[in-house]
Amino acid sequence: MFPVLFGLGIWMLSGLAALFARRSPRTATACGVGGAVAGSIVALVPVLGVLAGGHVEPLRWPWAVPCGEFHIALDALSAWFLLPILILSAAAAVYGGEYLWPYRERKSLGPPWFFYNVLVASMALVVLVRNGVLFLVAWEVMALSSFFLVTFEDEKESVREAGWTYLVATHLGTAFLLAMFVLMGREAGSLDFDAFGAAAFAPALANLLFVLAVVGFGTKAGFMPLHVWLPEAHPAAPSHVSAIMSGVMIKTGIYGLIRTLMILGTPPLWWGWLLIGIGLTSGIVGVLFALAQRDLKRTLAYSSVENIGIIALGLGLGTLGASMHSGALTALGFGGALLHVLNHALFKGLLFLGAGAVAHGTGSRDMDRLGGLLKRMPLAGAAFLVGAAAISGLPPFNGFVSEFLIYFGAFKGAVSLPASGAVPMLAVIAGLALIGGLAAACFTRAFGMVFLGEPRSDEARHAHEPGLAMRLPMWILAGGCVLVGMGAPLVWGVVTRAFGVAEEYRALAAEPLSWIVIGSALFLALVGALVVLRRELLSGRVVGQSATWGCGYARPTARIQYTATSFSQPITSQFESLLGTCASVTPPDGYFPRHSAVASETLDACAEKIYRPAFTLLDRALSRLRWLQHGTVQLYVLYIALTLLALLVWKLG
Amino acid sequence: MSVDSILILVALTNLMLLAYSRLGASIRVTAAQGILLGLLPLVASPHAGWHAALIAVGSMALKGVVFPRLMFRALREAKVQREIEPFVGYNVSLLIGVAALAVSIWIGQQLPVPGATISSLVVPVAMFSILVGLFLIISRKKAVNQVLGFLVLENGVYTFGVGLIQHTSLLVELGVLLDVFVAVFVMGIIIFHISREFDHIDTDALSSLKD
Amino acid sequence: MTMQPATLIPPLLALALAPLLLGVINRTKAVFAGRRGQPLLQTYFDIWKLLHRGAVYSRTTTWVFRAGPVVGLACALVATALVPLGGVAAPLWFPGDLFLLVYLLAVMRFFTVLAALDTGSSFEGMGASREVWFSALAEPALLLALVAVARPTGSVSLSQILAGLTADQWVHAGIGFALVVGALIIVLLAENARIPVDDPNTHLELTMIHEVMVLDHSGPDFAFILYGAALKLWVLGAVLVGVMLPVHTGSAWLDMLVALAGMLGLAVIVGIVESSMARLRLLRVPQLLVSASALAVLALILAMR
Repeated sequence: MFPVLFGLGIWMLSGLAALFARRSPRTATACGVGGAVAGSIVALVPVLGVLAGGHVEPLRWPWAVPCGEFHIALDALSAWFLLPILILSAAAAVYGGEYLWPYRERKSLGPPWFFYNVLVASMALVVLVRNGVLFLVAWEVMALSSFFLVTFEDEKESVREAGWTYLVATHLGTAFLLAMFVLMGREAGSLDFDAFGAAAFAPALANLLFVLAVVGFGTKAGFMPLHVWLPEAHPAAPSHVSAIMSGVMIKTGIYGLIRTLMILGTPPLWWGWLLIGIGLTSGIVGVLFALAQRDLKRTLAYSSVENIGIIALGLGLGTLGASMHSGALTALGFGGALLHVLNHALFKGLLFLGAGAVAHGTGSRDMDRLGGLLKRMPLAGAAFLVGAAAISGLPPFNGFVSEFLIYFGAFKGAVSLPASGAVPMLAVIAGLALIGGLAAACFTRAFGMVFLGEPRSDEARHAHEPGLAMRLPMWILAGGCVLVGMGAPLVWGVVTRAFGVAEEYRALAAEPLSWIVIGSALFLALVGALVVLRRELLSGRVVGQSATWGCGYARPTARIQYTATSFSQPITSQFESLLGTCASVTPPDGYFPRHSAVASETLDACAEKIYRPAFTLLDRALSRLRWLQHGTVQLYVLYIALTLLALLVWKLG
Repeated sequence: MSVDSILILVALTNLMLLAYSRLGASIRVTAAQGILLGLLPLVASPHAGWHAALIAVGSMALKGVVFPRLMFRALREAKVQREIEPFVGYNVSLLIGVAALAVSIWIGQQLPVPGATISSLVVPVAMFSILVGLFLIISRKKAVNQVLGFLVLENGVYTFGVGLIQHTSLLVELGVLLDVFVAVFVMGIIIFHISREFDHIDTDALSSLKD
Repeated sequence: MTMQPATLIPPLLALALAPLLLGVINRTKAVFAGRRGQPLLQTYFDIWKLLHRGAVYSRTTTWVFRAGPVVGLACALVATALVPLGGVAAPLWFPGDLFLLVYLLAVMRFFTVLAALDTGSSFEGMGASREVWFSALAEPALLLALVAVARPTGSVSLSQILAGLTADQWVHAGIGFALVVGALIIVLLAENARIPVDDPNTHLELTMIHEVMVLDHSGPDFAFILYGAALKLWVLGAVLVGVMLPVHTGSAWLDMLVALAGMLGLAVIVGIVESSMARLRLLRVPQLLVSASALAVLALILAMR
């Protein structure tokens, strides 16, 4: 356990050092990046040990806070969630060193590095702690540090607004968690997780706790319709921060949900149904919104909602399996969900870093104004392509492995279970297929519009490749995507052994996964062979260059290309009532039309139709109380005194 | 042809009605559904006697020939456009249809039925027809479509009748058939008059009457 | 699960005979139009000719454009190793292999679409945009149909599912199977860019999906695309024939003959469909594909009752 504590210490101290070195951007960056990487490497040692089957003694220190105790432990679940946190945080820190460097003239780099390292430390703490109070403290530190990172560019109105949305949403979520822990603690007699695990909750209470956990943790994870903060906050943050927020921070919500499920014991059937319902909604609606966005980072943020949906589908499958006492379903469902947690951290981290490289190289994130970047930034572009293929769930990359596990579990269930059990399985299969197809549409669009074709603007024409510090983390993550994809049986073995899955269920997926790797290897070998064949065929023959065939039109320009908006128009127009895309059109006019324009924007339907009216209503109701607020200090003291007095009277009376 | 196949084909025609965009095609599909259902009692009990055969042939003639003719005539005279103009899109209608089918199957399993049915599909398909009929009435603008919805609904009731109370169904069926006949007749006249007054048959426009 | 030499027969047949399917389709269409038509082996000639030509590349394109045909053909080649034929299992068969099959076809599509977008042509962008939308709807239909076929057999591998089907089940489930076949035919037509979803013949860009995406490819690249498309037709056709003709006569030779006859018959059916139907309006295509899903679900509901 001491390496972990040591890592936590390194993060905190280097963060503080960065804060104090604010005058010198070079020192601040060195402290921030160095500390984040060093801490991650140190903490990685016990994590890998636990995943390899080792055991780490939990740590208990008494603590002065009421009901609190410094109790941390590193079991397989914690280690599994720590793994992506450590990898991605280190990679994103290296990237951030170069990414934040241009800001040094305008802003102090000390605070962002301080908050970055605090965020990393708090995320690690969240998955380690075993005490309700401590958990909430870590959870809150995580929320606040990420809030300060989101509002890094606070001179922009939109960034401030995004920050506030995030702050309000995350605290509403925390309120539900507070209620959950209080209820659990009252039943168990202690706020220690071990005591929770030992307590037997009545079914009604367990149901209530589950719902509280789904809402509380779901807000952080980004379950639809609790996701509203996500598409605002992720694009507003600096890209390396978006990467860890989207890649790992929202996964702490999933961690919390799984931990709660472990505490609550055998679930009733409807929990699984609810999770599958949430997964389908988040997945399908999330990817549709991703398709409707023009901002590259907003697309990625909505795609995180979609991937959280896929994870929820896996969790739902596993929960159904647990309540039906089907070991195969449990292993495949939870296994797929856990693997997707790691996979999504790898490819979404990679994609956000890629989006950052695009923003860094062109100054724009609007896909309708980009294009042709693969020629200008070939290395970053190729890494982005790997991420795009992986997130679309394509073999031989890692996304396919986790989706396959979920598909496979659902298929086994659909074939063998009686009708009532088979229906949710069918929903999972059909939903996952639709999500996969739309995700492929979304990421061919993202890659195609940004990196392929001709540049659609001057910014894109003058784009430049990022430096090595930004490219290297992207390539490491891309390598991770390939590695997990091609080493799927190994990874599956590690996961199942760490979680103590019975041998018979381990073998269930181990065999198909090894065949998939054989198929993927065959595929790669064939690609290689065909490349050679093609080169042989073309050698010695005439290979010409010309303009793109425009069906006889000899002078194509960049403006006649399909844009991101037009690419997804057939899809978005089918879901117009759901997406609520508003377009403003200035049609060409007269015989010699000069100016015409089309602009469209898709705001978040939930935010616009549910939350905004609700908060307006709340605002109106609460504004009646505004007379309480005078700004006179004396009156406020009076309020406090009166309240204290009233409480005293109430307690004594 | 077995009873099951007929019932499944009836379910299919229901799905087709949800997906079709042309009024003419919808009328033909409804006619086909009527003929299929007319065949049902003949296939279910081939030795039921001449009056059952008579009622079957009668209902086939009515639903398969007379009603479609009446409706085509109404279309012609009212110069209705051929598109259906739904409130709910075709894709969504189809998905709702599939969901309705699943619900009907579930109802079929839960609903206690007195006596034996000729097939386990009777109750689900009957329920499905009734739901689809209601949905068509609710979700489509054109008055002709509402007549079609009404017919589908009646077909559902008829399926119940044939499947459950085979021998005493004569009177019930006659009564229902008469109702529908009158209904189609009246609707035909009304469609004609609506279109003469308003130049179209969108029932949407009827809401302007309340002002 | 050791590999038996016999399992190599289905992929080898696919590699050899896939272009023939296109010839049969074209011949059928010619017969219906009252023409003599191309030779049956025309696709082979085309591929051979293209393989020995040079190529022209647009200045806009990058390596992604060149990778598209290569990756596409590699996917189609691996896919042939996943599909059984005539009672002979595929060389790569394992529980859940159908997902690998579906996703290999997705990889093929992914790179074809990217290659199309790489040209910066508005026509190819149009085709790509339609392709991703329609295929997103075809995928659930295909998987649901396969579940419906798998359920009576209780297997989770394509080879076992098709081996487990019997003519008895066909007769017993009757119309349920017919529904699945209907859904699979729609998916086959949509995925292989045939009428009524797409028109493989015209080079009128505005009406097309697949053909317009490969407008800029030439030489060996185009040969790869042509062969890959033929293999894809063969692969999906083999699944469909496996479901339609679950014949187990006891003689392996006879089974294989029946399956091959089924493949040719399927090509004739596709040709007849193309001769007798008009292409659907593009706005109607999603509806057709949703209907395919609805058919599959209906079949499933019947199978589970």
